Amino acid sequence: MQIKVKTFGIASEIMSGKEVVMEISGNSVADLRRELSRKYPSLDKLNSLFIAVNRNYSEDEMELKETDEIALIPPVSGG
Amino acid sequence: MIELTDKFIDVSKIIEAAKHPSAGGLNVFIGTVRDFHAKKNKRVVRLDYEAYEPMAVAEIQKIMNDAIARWDIKAWAISHSVAKLLPSEIAVVIAVSTAHRKASFEACQFIIDQLKARVPIWKKEIFEDGEEWVSAHP
Repeated sequence: MQIKVKTFGIASEIMSGKEVVMEISGNSVADLRRELSRKYPSLDKLNSLFIAVNRNYSEDEMELKETDEIALIPPVSGG
Repeated sequence: MIELTDKFIDVSKIIEAAKHPSAGGLNVFIGTVRDFHAKKNKRVVRLDYEAYEPMAVAEIQKIMNDAIARWDIKAWAISHSVAKLLPSEIAVVIAVSTAHRKASFEACQFIIDQLKARVPIWKKEIFEDGEEWVSAHP
């Protein structure tokens, strides 16, 4: 399936864009993680990388729909 | 009240929004830009903030729901910067009113600790000789 992924912070630099279209085989958050690692190995070096679906932190088992708002959340540093 | 702003944070407005007639204590935490990164032994010239704004607002609201479940919070307001800030400028203001002071201290600390741990806001440190996203790498 094809999905749009919003990126923030260092993830935008690693992926060279604020919104990146990804083609993934499968439809879970884990499938997206696998494709991200393959295409952008630098993401694996981060302290953490969460994936938000419709503005909520998601688990790897969660299934994605093409209409979901999907975002990569590298280590946060507010405050 | 939750605010993300690229303007200077109006501290008195945030305090005003957190006042309540039943409160005996109004605790305010103000986070400011520190001009030095001790571990790297580097001067910090500027911090560039960025947020996933709708999710940041939603996560702050969840933190406040947790805080309200634990302490008898009468009123509160939070503002966080999404601007480029210089040393000593204000990055975040948290104001919490409770009936008695102890709860206002505890709630304020809980809120800033949770905010730093889970709200999707990022800052990049700009040094004299480079730049780095804070906490991104080990």
